[in-house]
Formats: sequence, C-alpha cells, structure tokens
Amino acid sequence: MPKLSIDGTEVEVADGTTVLRACEQAGVEIPRFCFHERLSIAGNCRMCLVEQVGVPKPVASCAMPVTEGMQILTQSERVQAAREGVMEFLLVNHPLDCPICDQGGECDLQDQALYYGRVRSRFREAKRAVSDKDFGPLVKTVMTRCIHCTRCVRFMDEVAGVPELGTMGRGEDMEIVAALEGCLHSELAGNVVDLCPVGALTSKPYAFAARPWELSHTESVDVLDGAGSAIRIDARDGRVLRVLPRVNEDINEEWIGDRSRHAVDGLAVRRLDQPWLRRNGAFEPVSWDAALAAVATALQDAAPARTAALAGDLVGLEGMAALADLMRARGVASVDCRQDGGAVGAGVPASWRFNATIAGIDRADAVLLVGTNPRREAPVINARIRRRWRATGIPIARIGPAIDLTYPVTELGDGPDALAELARGTHPFVAALGQARYPLIVVGSGALARADGAVILGLARQVAEAADAARADWNGFSVLQRCAARAGGLELGMVPAEGGLDSRGMVSAANEGGLDFLYLLGADEIDPEAFRDTFTVYQGHHADRGARRADVLLPAAAYTEQEATYVNTEGRPQRARPAHPPPGGARPDWKIPVALAARMGSPLPYDSLAGLWRRIEAAHPHLAEIGQLPPPAPLTSFGDAGGELDGAPFTEVVPDYYRTCPISRASATMAACARAVADA
Amino acid sequence: MTGDADLFPGPDRDEAERILGRYPQEHRQSAVLPLLDLAQRRHGGWLPAAVVDAVGDYLGMPSMRVRELVTFYSMFHDRPVGRYLVQVCRTTPCWLRGSDEVLAAARQELGIAPGETTPDGDFTLIEVECLGACADAPVVQINDDFHERLDGGQMRAWIHAHRGPKEG
Amino acid sequence: MRDADRVFPNLDGTADPGLDAARRRGDWDDTRALVRRGREAIQGTIRDSGLRGRGGAGFSTGLKWSFMPKEPAPGRPHYLIVNADESEPGTCKDREILRHEPHKLIEGTLLAGVGISAHTAYIYVRGEFEAERRCLEAAIAECYAAGLLGPDACESGHDFDIHVHRGAGAYICGEETGLIESLEGKKGFPRLKPPFPASAGLWGYPTTVNNVETIAAVPAILRRGAPWFGGIGRPQNTGTKLFCLSGHVERPCTVEAEMGIPLRELIEECGGGVRGGWDNLLAVIPGGSSTKVLPASACDNLQMDFDGLREAGSALGTAGVIVMDRTTDIVAAIARLSHFYWHESCGQCTPCREGTGWVSRIMDRFVAGEAAPSDLDTLESVCAQIEGHTICALGDAAAWPVQGLLAHFRDELEQRVAGSSRFLAA
Repeated sequence: MPKLSIDGTEVEVADGTTVLRACEQAGVEIPRFCFHERLSIAGNCRMCLVEQVGVPKPVASCAMPVTEGMQILTQSERVQAAREGVMEFLLVNHPLDCPICDQGGECDLQDQALYYGRVRSRFREAKRAVSDKDFGPLVKTVMTRCIHCTRCVRFMDEVAGVPELGTMGRGEDMEIVAALEGCLHSELAGNVVDLCPVGALTSKPYAFAARPWELSHTESVDVLDGAGSAIRIDARDGRVLRVLPRVNEDINEEWIGDRSRHAVDGLAVRRLDQPWLRRNGAFEPVSWDAALAAVATALQDAAPARTAALAGDLVGLEGMAALADLMRARGVASVDCRQDGGAVGAGVPASWRFNATIAGIDRADAVLLVGTNPRREAPVINARIRRRWRATGIPIARIGPAIDLTYPVTELGDGPDALAELARGTHPFVAALGQARYPLIVVGSGALARADGAVILGLARQVAEAADAARADWNGFSVLQRCAARAGGLELGMVPAEGGLDSRGMVSAANEGGLDFLYLLGADEIDPEAFRDTFTVYQGHHADRGARRADVLLPAAAYTEQEATYVNTEGRPQRARPAHPPPGGARPDWKIPVALAARMGSPLPYDSLAGLWRRIEAAHPHLAEIGQLPPPAPLTSFGDAGGELDGAPFTEVVPDYYRTCPISRASATMAACARAVADA
Repeated sequence: MTGDADLFPGPDRDEAERILGRYPQEHRQSAVLPLLDLAQRRHGGWLPAAVVDAVGDYLGMPSMRVRELVTFYSMFHDRPVGRYLVQVCRTTPCWLRGSDEVLAAARQELGIAPGETTPDGDFTLIEVECLGACADAPVVQINDDFHERLDGGQMRAWIHAHRGPKEG
Repeated sequence: MRDADRVFPNLDGTADPGLDAARRRGDWDDTRALVRRGREAIQGTIRDSGLRGRGGAGFSTGLKWSFMPKEPAPGRPHYLIVNADESEPGTCKDREILRHEPHKLIEGTLLAGVGISAHTAYIYVRGEFEAERRCLEAAIAECYAAGLLGPDACESGHDFDIHVHRGAGAYICGEETGLIESLEGKKGFPRLKPPFPASAGLWGYPTTVNNVETIAAVPAILRRGAPWFGGIGRPQNTGTKLFCLSGHVERPCTVEAEMGIPLRELIEECGGGVRGGWDNLLAVIPGGSSTKVLPASACDNLQMDFDGLREAGSALGTAGVIVMDRTTDIVAAIARLSHFYWHESCGQCTPCREGTGWVSRIMDRFVAGEAAPSDLDTLESVCAQIEGHTICALGDAAAWPVQGLLAHFRDELEQRVAGSSRFLAA
C-alpha cells in the first residue's frame, strides 16, 4: 500500500494503482482522452500529464504506477502549460464544426477546451482533411475530427474481439480505417460511438436528431435479450431517440449489444395504437369497449380445456401475472411462457437460471457451452467470457454449431451425443471440467427448446454434478435465457398446470381443431397459421407475426412506455421505466387482463400496479427485491437424463442477430445491419 | 490465394521457414516484416491486398494488423512500383552535397516527378529521408543497392544504361 | 590517437571482413576465456571502463546491464537486442561496422549476451542496409560453422544464438521500445515506460537493447582491460569513438578517434578540413540531426565528448558531425531536418504527431521568406510544447534542431519574415 502525495495531500493506495487512479481516489480530476478504464492503456493523448517532483519531464498519469513517496502536482504551472500545449495540438487539426457536430454538448474535447484551450488560434496552416470511412449502418464517421486516441481500435481488439479497426499510415497521416468498408462484424460495434471522445464516430441512426440537452433521460433495463443490461432511454416528444448503456458492473459493465441500442427506431413504426377487430376477414378499428366485449364473449364461450394463453419474449412480470391470474380464475390449465417450446421450467429454479451469475464468469476456469451461441444470444455475456479467456486462457469447449465466438473453442461435437458422452464421463473434456475449480456449464435454448430438451437438461445437470460444479460456494450450471421475458415467466410459474398444454401442445391441439380460444400476450415467435381456426386474441405493441391470424388486436405499451419488471437470465428482477406514454390507445400490459376480468364480471384481486406487485411479492418474495440476485438455488434432480435423445444436431437459435422480435423486425436500422452483414 | 504454397512457392517456402525459425513458435508474428519483404520481392516489388492478407493467414494474424504494417513501414508498397525503384535521399547531409542536383537530373532524365512511375513501368522515382550513408553523400538507393557520391551526370548515365527492355 | 588503441582497424574496409582476416586482427582470440570470466566479471569490466552507449543517449552500458535480473527466472529467458537500425541523419558508423568489422560485433554480442545471462540475441538491421545485412549474415554463418556460435559457443559451455532481423523502413524503430515492438511484428510504436525493457522487453521478457558500436567495443575492452579504455579521453567520457563527418568537409568519412578530440582537429586531420578553409565554417551539427546546431564561433575549441558538447549547449549524440560552410542556407538545412522528423513521427502521441508537421510547415515558410512576424514566437513555443511531452525522445529530437537554430541564428530567421527589407535585398 504505497503512500504518495497529490497536490500536497497524503494518499494511500493499493499496490499497482496508477497515478491517474490515485488522483481520482483523492478526488482530483485528471483530463484524459485516450485513457479508458476498461481498455488497455495507450498513453498516447498526453492530456493526463502531471508533474512528479524531482522528475524532469511531466509524466503520463494514466500509465505511471504509484511508487512510495511519490509527490505529484496536478495544478502546477508546468502541468497547466503541458495540458494547454497538448490541447492546442489536438485542436490545430480538428475542424471548427461544433455547430454541426452530433457530439456537441457531450464532447470531451469541447469540455476540456473550455479549461485548456486558447482563445484564438495561431495555426495558420490548412487543417488536415481526412476522408470519411464507411463503418456500416450504425457508426457514422467524420474522420477529420479524429484525435487518434485509438479507443475504438482497442475496443474492437480487446472487448469485441473483432479486430476490424486499425490505423493506416503513420505520423500526421495516420487514419483509423475498417478492414472492410460497410460493416463492422460485431454485435457490440455501437459501443465505439460511446467511447469516441470526439465527434469522429457518432451514431448514424441518431444523426442530427437532437441535441443532448433537449432529451429526457430515463434509467431503465434492456429487454431485447435476456441479460438485462442497464440502459438509459433518451426521448423527446413521445419518441425514443436513442438508447445508451448505463454502468452495471454485475451485468453489462458499460456495454450493450447493437440490437439493444439501435432497434429503437422500430418502436415508432408498425405500432398497434388502437384496438382492432376482425370482421368478415378484415380488421376494423373498434373502441376498447367493443374489443373487450368481443374477447369476453369468446372467452366465456370457450371451455377451459379448449382455452390457452401464451406469453411472448418481451413482456414483463406484471402482464404475465395478470394474464395468468385471469386464466387461472377460469380454470384454464394451458398457460405457457415458452413459445420456443423450451423444456425448462419444471419447478426447480436452478434448472432455468444462470446460476453462476454473469459476474461469476470472471471466476470461471473452464467453460462448456451446450447448444448456445452467447455472441448472438447475449453479446455482453460473450464479451465477459472473452475477457476471462484473454486474461487467463481458460479452456472453453462447445457442443453445437461451430460459429466464431471471438475466442478459441474446442469443438466437442454438434449434437446431444457429445453431451451424452460427457455425461458418461468418457470424453476427454471431462478432465478439464473436473480439474477446474469453477467449472461453468452454459446451456442455451438451442439445446433445450427441442423435443428431447428435458433429456438434454438432465444430461447437462449430470455433467455439472460430475464436475462438482454445484457447491455451496459456486454453482456453475447456468442456463442462458435469450429472452427478457422467459426467466420471469418461469419464476412466476407461468407453465401449464396439471393436464394443461404447453406451447407445443397448443399448436398440435389447434391443428387438430381442439383449441377454441388462444390469448397471445406479445407472442410472435410461433407459427400463427396453426391458429387459423382458433379465436385468437393478440395483445402487444406491434402488428407482427402474432397479429397476423388474430381475431382481436389489443394495443399494449412497449418496454419503453410502461413500468414493468423483468427477470434476467440470472433470476435478478429489474425494473423498466417509461420514457414516455404509450401511443394512442395502447395500454400497459397488466391493465388489459385486469380490464377484461372486470368486463367479465369476475375482477382480479387488484386494480393498481402496487396491488399487483403486492400479489407477486406474496407468492414470490424474491421478485420484489429489485436489482438483487435471487437466493442461491440448489441443483436438485431435474431433467430426464434417462430419456431418449433424438440425435439431431443443435441448431443456431439466433441466425439473424439483428431481427429477433417485433421491435427489431420493425427497425429499419436493424434491417440495414442485416443487409450489411449479408453483403459483406 | 489461400494456401502457403501459392504465397511462397518453391525455394521461397524454405526461406519462409528459415525466417520463422528465428523466433519462438509462440511468437510467429515476429516474422511478419521479413515475410512481407519476401512476398513483396516475389510479387513485382509491391504488395497487393490479397498477398498481404495471405501473409496474415500464414502467420495467424488478423489481416487488419498486417495491413497496418504495410502502410507504416516505408519499404512496403501497396501500389505497383517500377522495375527500378529510384530513391533519392533528401535529408540535410545529402542535400548539403548536391542531392537537389541528383534529383533534378533524375526527374529530367525520366520525365517524371517524385512519386511517379515512368509509363513503361521501368522506373519509379521517390524522394526518401536519410538512408544512413551520410559520409558518402549524396546517396541514391536503387532497389537493394546504394549508389554513393553521385552527381547529376552519374545519375543520368545510370538511367541511360538501364533504359529499355534489358534487365539491369 | 595511437594506432594501437584502435578498436576498429578495418573501419575503412581496406581489409577482408571475413573470419580469417578478422582473426588476424585479433578477433575471436581465446573468446572462450572471456566467456568463462562470467557475467559478473564481464559486467564489472564494462562498468569500470566507463563505456557509455554509442546510440545517442550515452547511458552507462555497465549500469544498463546491471538492471537485468541476476539470473533468468524459469520460463523467462533474457534477450539481447543489438540496435543496427541506424537512421539518425548524419550518422553512418554502424554501417561500417556491419560491413567491415562484423566479427567485432558478433563477438561482442556473444560476450554482452554472457554479461546479461542471455542465450539469444537479435540484431535489428535497418531494412535499407541490404548489403550490410548480407555481410553480417555471412559472418554469422562463418561463426556457426566454426563453432563460435550455437550450442557450447567457443566451447565455453554457453549456448548462444544470434539472429538477424531486418527492419522495413521506419526511423522510430531506432528507439529501443519501438524496435522491440517492431521485432514483435507490430508497428514501431514506442512503449510507455515503465516498465523498462530490462524487466519487460521482447515478448515481455527481460531485454537489453544496445547500439552496434557499443557492443562491438566490448571484446576490445574485455581483452585490453577497463583501465586501457578508461585511460582514453577523460573521466565520464572514455574510450575511442566513431565520428561521421558529412556535409562540407573536403573528405567526408567515418573515423575512429579518442573521445574529446577537438572538433577542429577532427575536421582538419580526418576530414581534410572545411571546404574553403576553417574560416569558411558557418555551423556544425555535432552529434546527429537531433543535436543542436553550433555556430562557427563555438567550434574553435570544442571538445567532442559528452560533457564538452553538453557544456557548449549541444550533445554528442551519435557523433554524426554535419559540417556546413558559409554557402549554406542554414534555415533550409534545419528545415530539412524538421521535414525528416515530421516524416518519421510514428503518429502515436499527440505532441509529436501534430507538432512536427506544424514546425516543418513554419520552417518551410521561413525558407521561402513567407513567414509572418508572429511565426518566430509560434515556432519557439510549439517546439517547447513538443519537448518533454511525448512518449519517446523523437519529440525532443524534433524540437532541438529548431531550438538550436533559434538560439544561434535567430537573426537569419528574422530576415526571412515576409516583407523584411534585408531578405528582399538579398
């Protein structure tokens, strides 16, 4: 624990602390452009120079380790002169185009220039002009503004693991370029915009849309994958203009995937903003009253055994709880939240959670991926696995299709047979898992959402148990839920009651004419053609697949328009908050089943969000602990390890990262990304 | 251009292996500059993008990292150069002893400006910074060879002697 | 100096550089015994000799070696890198060693390797030196064939390999950490220090980087002893040194002379004098392009060693002496150097990347007589803003020549301000 003095104040810091960090700990702010705490240290901008007493040259505080007795001055004349000099150098070739720059108002260069910039320029030469580069549909480049901090290059190399950015040329002519014009092949590419300290890289979809001070900021959670990343929603005039990551060290640190960030233009199009009723084969706009009346009649006419409800991928706990209560009150057993046909959810929380926790990846010392592509299913989780691999070179193996995950993976096979071999203990990777102190077994929906999913689940549990992966201090058995709604639905127990149909059963029953009424709560990832003869209600925010064959469309709020609770893949409840009200006649998800129940004369026991929350809490206390991990769940016997495997290889469950849900399918930006990847 | 055989055919393959042998197996990337040089010599004195990427594949390096090197180091050329690459040193010690005159002679004799290649593709003329032979100034490097203590007349004579189809 | 004190008798290349001829000059004479002295003795002799690095910075070689760990830790080999990326304008001494005295360098590499407990050395030769590289490789091949290198080198019990690595055209790779990066197959971006190469150098292992001339002097020092080397020149400035005379001397050359030789003697005895006579001297850049120019008035009694040149307000650097007579446009001469640094700036850090081009353009305006009156102040402060603020010393090297010009030839610059009557009249 070396001691040093910073501007005359004694500070004690941990071994290996840099001077810049020590200054931060002492509350002394050090200006910087290239330094970023989650990237390697480049030391190139020279803005963080400080004076070390007794050392002739100023030192770059970002890179200088603290030594005992060091005396640091951050406010001396020399430091001020050094910083002013660096600032002038950064500005001489930087264009004076702040009025038309989207970074304006949140630009590090602009902010620092206020403190260290000269009032007048004495640069008489022509400023450098750099041709713009095409980094694809998300990242707009104005390369003349680049200050060569290389944060973007380091991010792509280190965090994203897609080394497609680099520097061309040298000296004054150095330019940042992409390996391929038109596309960055990373699901995390949008983060380079946040990292760029100037306006060289800005958000292409958000170009010229707003100034930061015009926007309202709403702290919320992302629901476009199952990780539950922390986000900030920036809106203006009833419209979401952009989504940015917030720091959550336990989940996304400060990154988010490109879909989470950039699908939001899809929130403004193809919306259901009023109820519709199908009459004579065509949809007609109707009042809420008429719509609810039609639904109530159909529901009352249908026998409970021929009635079903299915929840989709983007819905919160509240909507699901209210719908489940409505159905339960009518004696309907066929409710499900697994439209993908997933086999998890038979009452044992450890069987559907990412028990190791996302932060726990930082401890893992051997990883087995079973039927999952974390790069596409949860890019921030994949980035964490990659970081762990980079730091320690842990062994990582996979059962499933061979797709580049940005780190080396040992391929064990493409289907359940390889897992069975591991479970029998005959596969060599068993030894790697067995030697690991913190073995991590990640099971994805590619392995579970299939007819033999329960068998696979059971085999995966056996592998985990054999590797001693489930102990009091570590539970490495981890299911990666790729949808925001799924874990919450399972925690609520939104699965078929005794004798009820699951989503596969609903489809077959409907095909055989055995289903009279189906309530789709934002369920779009299921073939609607099966329900052509079933009276189908679709509650949701987009006229997407689920709405195609429906008889009644009930407009609901999207995740940016309502307060709702989402349980991430770890089982951690988090709350999404509205950035603006829902459009037109759309209503929060939970209110619609409540209104329907009231309409049918058997009201649910709550009529407010607070009442609903109390009810959820009573049944599931941990779901009220917003932001907290659930209590550890033991690995009890689950799955059907002795059952029959069908032997078919695991398939890629997210073939198109950019279009996975009604919002992203409505997004022109996501369509452009998918095209760019396909073209490149 | 996929396999190593296309990149380094015949004896070059042995040379490439010899170069790789200088570095520990886990640091193959260290061979990248000599291998780029070898590849450039076999591809007419410049490095087409496909060759650069092939060197990256050969060493297991991302293509971006190799392309950076090609633009960073002045001896690599990402555009075609003439059969003779005439590099006239312009730095002070050569300038003090008449490099301007040598350059002017080369320009005039070749009819091109620095940075250009003669239409027949035989000569590329460039100005370069210090070649490290200051006591023998002025210096012109032509391909691998240093031509020292030149004057304008000698520069002209050399160009004369190397014009035309015959190999120099 | 006495011929007997010469370290490099074949510097001018009149004799054969090959092994047999080198042996006749005394190279490889019972090298086994020198190796057998061991690390501590070798380090001690070099330290006691007062040898300072010949690559420009003049840091004590023995002290530098002592920063290496005592013995290699398991799995952490030591490396010696010989810096033959000679690129500093005015400097062409290492080239003569590579092509005329390669065995001095190879033997020195082995002995220095023993001095830092290394078993592998890389000699990084600038890419343009293709002929020199071939000479060196031929000499190394002779050594392997003769058992002087390789397993049990010279039957000394010490295994030692030398590999030649070719650069590809970048002055910055002469900076020791830029060189290491380049040797690792990367752009030659100098590293942030600490850590220094002695703790984390090539591939993260302890590494010492030494200049060709430094290493090539090692065998002679070990054979003749520290007192011999230390007895040449004066304390802190010992030994013989290679000087490169370029520019306006009658006979440009690279010569070996004792440290501290007066500049005038050096130029007149070795270089045949200033073109047009001593009185025709305008200025001298005494130690390679990065050292500050000195006007003729400072040259009469100039002692050519570290301290002598420091006291004169310049530096010995690489001892590349660029002589300029009174026909020289001194502003243009320095402007060419500014252009050089601009061209060679690697672009990594801000002050050098943005400052070198700015300086060069202002200098070009002075050359053209188009400078504004304020350009003089701007030039001065831009140089000050570069100096000391960069990752490596290239920034300083770019600032110093201009600062030297400002210090000694300010009136020349003032005359080049646009509209200046004296310039127009000229």
